[in-house]
Amino acid sequence: MNRRTATAITAAVAVAAAIACNGGGTSPGDLLNLRSGGDGTADATTRNAFSLPARNLDTDDERARFAIGDSFFTSNWVIAGNSTEARDGLGPLFIAQSCSSCHGHDGRARPPLDNDDPVRGLVVQISLPAKLGEAPEPDPAYGGSIQDRAIPGIPPEAEIHVQWKTINGEYADGSPYELVRPVFTIARPAYGALDPELRISPRIAPPVFGAGLLEAIPLERLRELADPDDADGDGISGRVNVLPDGGTGRFGWKANQPAVDAQVAGAFHGDIGITSPLRPGPTCTASQADCLASPDGGDPEISAGLFDDVVFYVQTLAVPAARGYPGRERGAELFFAAGCHQCHAPRHETGRHAVPALSNQLIFPYTDLLLHDMGPGLADGRPHFQASGSEWRTPPLWGIGLTETVNGHTRFLHDGRARNLEEAILWHGGEAEPAKQAFRSMSAEDRAALIEFLESL
Amino acid sequence: MPKPITALLAAAAAAAIALAACSGDDAPDVSKQDVVAHYAVGVHATYQASLASATDMAGAIDAFLANPAPHTLEAAKRAWLTARDDYGVTEAYRFYGGPIDDEETGPEGQLNAWPMDEAYVDYVDGDPGAGIVNMAGEYPQITKQLLADLNEQGGETNVSTGWHAIEFLLWGQDLNEDGPGARPVEDYTVNPNADRRAQYLAAVTELLLDDLGDMVDAWAPGGGNYRAAFLALDADDALVNIITGIGELSRGELAGERMTVAYEARAQEDEHSCFADNTTNDIIANAKGIQNVWTGDYGIVQGPGLADLVAAEDAELAELVTSQIARSVANANAIPAPFDAALLPGISDSADSRRAVLATIEALSDQTDNIVAAAEALGVAISVS
Repeated sequence: MNRRTATAITAAVAVAAAIACNGGGTSPGDLLNLRSGGDGTADATTRNAFSLPARNLDTDDERARFAIGDSFFTSNWVIAGNSTEARDGLGPLFIAQSCSSCHGHDGRARPPLDNDDPVRGLVVQISLPAKLGEAPEPDPAYGGSIQDRAIPGIPPEAEIHVQWKTINGEYADGSPYELVRPVFTIARPAYGALDPELRISPRIAPPVFGAGLLEAIPLERLRELADPDDADGDGISGRVNVLPDGGTGRFGWKANQPAVDAQVAGAFHGDIGITSPLRPGPTCTASQADCLASPDGGDPEISAGLFDDVVFYVQTLAVPAARGYPGRERGAELFFAAGCHQCHAPRHETGRHAVPALSNQLIFPYTDLLLHDMGPGLADGRPHFQASGSEWRTPPLWGIGLTETVNGHTRFLHDGRARNLEEAILWHGGEAEPAKQAFRSMSAEDRAALIEFLESL
Repeated sequence: MPKPITALLAAAAAAAIALAACSGDDAPDVSKQDVVAHYAVGVHATYQASLASATDMAGAIDAFLANPAPHTLEAAKRAWLTARDDYGVTEAYRFYGGPIDDEETGPEGQLNAWPMDEAYVDYVDGDPGAGIVNMAGEYPQITKQLLADLNEQGGETNVSTGWHAIEFLLWGQDLNEDGPGARPVEDYTVNPNADRRAQYLAAVTELLLDDLGDMVDAWAPGGGNYRAAFLALDADDALVNIITGIGELSRGELAGERMTVAYEARAQEDEHSCFADNTTNDIIANAKGIQNVWTGDYGIVQGPGLADLVAAEDAELAELVTSQIARSVANANAIPAPFDAALLPGISDSADSRRAVLATIEALSDQTDNIVAAAEALGVAISVS
């Protein structure tokens, strides 16, 4: 590190210290750490960069569980009655045939670009209005999300249509930029007219690696980072999504799932139509008679042992290492100075987890797992437990620079609207408005340096 | 007296031979580019062989459909089994985004995806009206274009095409413990929708030939295709692709997905060629495919392989990998067929079948660590599951 950088970082630290403990006691050196996923960090920069087992997963039994989980995450589920009994029971209504249809190569989905785009990876969650803090009220006919595909002989619930609107803006230095925003609509509903009060929340399939490490961050740590009433007056609140049963939300775009197993069971049930020990019961609503009358693939459709292996797989997918490059300090310094770290908290230590490889690890996910008001531009207007219609959970940034390599696109945010990292930053609002403005005010050179830093993660 | 010129020449020749012999002992005169170039030759030759035996299979299927009878059905099945072996070795060319599994154009999902969605294609036990074959109203004509389109529907494969679809249409569901599926010839004569089933089988076979033809073209000499681009890569980058292919097939795919999952989950039909009970041959072919790339000996063509290149850097390591790969192939050959007999509930882990499966899994896993080490010895880094 040269002296100028060191001085700038020291100044940044002073600023950070002055604005209380958001960011969780981050030191600038943390931003230069390359071992994002602790001892399990994988060194891969190719298409399989998100698909490798944690390096510290070393027993034969763990490797076998990983392989089994991989298989049931990656391979298609098939219609009930097939020879591959362990893998049948698809749908009857579904969004995708496998986890990997949406989380391709264990990574991130992109949104549909038009109504004919067959891409998988967008879930349109729906609900009727409910009070903040309560569970979303499912639609009596359509349930909690729209299944736009079905096995032969069963009508899919609807089609998801999209229109893209353009928004123009400019940087402080006068150079223009353009953003695009999707408007999703539910077309050709097959099970009765849609309730006019229906709320919709489109959500893109995020990368799944590193989930076990996030699960292993102690609850006390999240509470320490939280500042629900903005007691320190820095304009950033940060709230834990407390679930109706008292659990802590960590996963999902609104921190609406407490643990990897709950997230996986929810996705199997709602997205693939597969029942599991955690989510038994029909995947169709009471008003979908043909769907209910279809044969199932067993009760539950994924056995307890296989389900646990899929959960284990998602928990133990390795985080790829960050990539160092000359001058990386500059981007890190800008990230810090803009205050990005106040929500994208870089550094955490995991506590004890049932999986030894996930326990007591020093990790750099760049998230506080807390809810923040992101302003009207990103709001979906649909509360989810404690998360208001404009609050979203800070998503992790680790591995984000490998998105294009692994998934062949650079679409970000909850509905995939941002076409690159720059646009993703420009969509920030609400509590993140000052950080966004800091970015807007940077020189083109500094903006590029900040983006380059993100791409190195 | 000056030495006769012939003597001088002889001496020079002797020195040259000594030099050659010397370099032969220490470091075979094989460059990275030689190995990359021969790999392209081997890939092309093995895809050609696969296309040839698949074409034979298509002929046998045509003959069966022209004259559906037990003997023509048997001939078609035999042709499938032969062609399947030739395809199996080519799976060593996957996992690096080459022509077979290119994100946009790769036909892998259409050729070989698994598990097969039987009920999407035809009737299954308990659902006599299932499948495209029995949906004349919705799909009046079954053509290869329809199957390709349906396969793409929803942006993911429905697994209604490829090797396992043909296998399913020839053998039918394997509903018994002691033999493969036994689809009656009547499915192609008097049973409901026999003509549509025949259309399906013909169309899906044509589609398979098209896809294999594309692979042959992509790797053919002459330029303007993937092979040309591959040979133009920096040799180290090409080696990363080549070694990633065999490394990923070795452990993540073959030992992991295809064997450990079946071994641990003990679901009888959780095996790749479950209708024909041909899974042991699939495993042998995959293991052999790895050996081909490692040694440079593809059976039909021979030349410098990874083993020669690694030997120049670390002879002991090269020797070790060569012997480990040979052991994997031998262990795979020792798995008693049918594979699914090792998956039945109640079979003890000490049964010969389960021990043989486990020994193959372990051998494949062991060799993978050293394949990664071999890459390092060549100065390139690969990451595999």
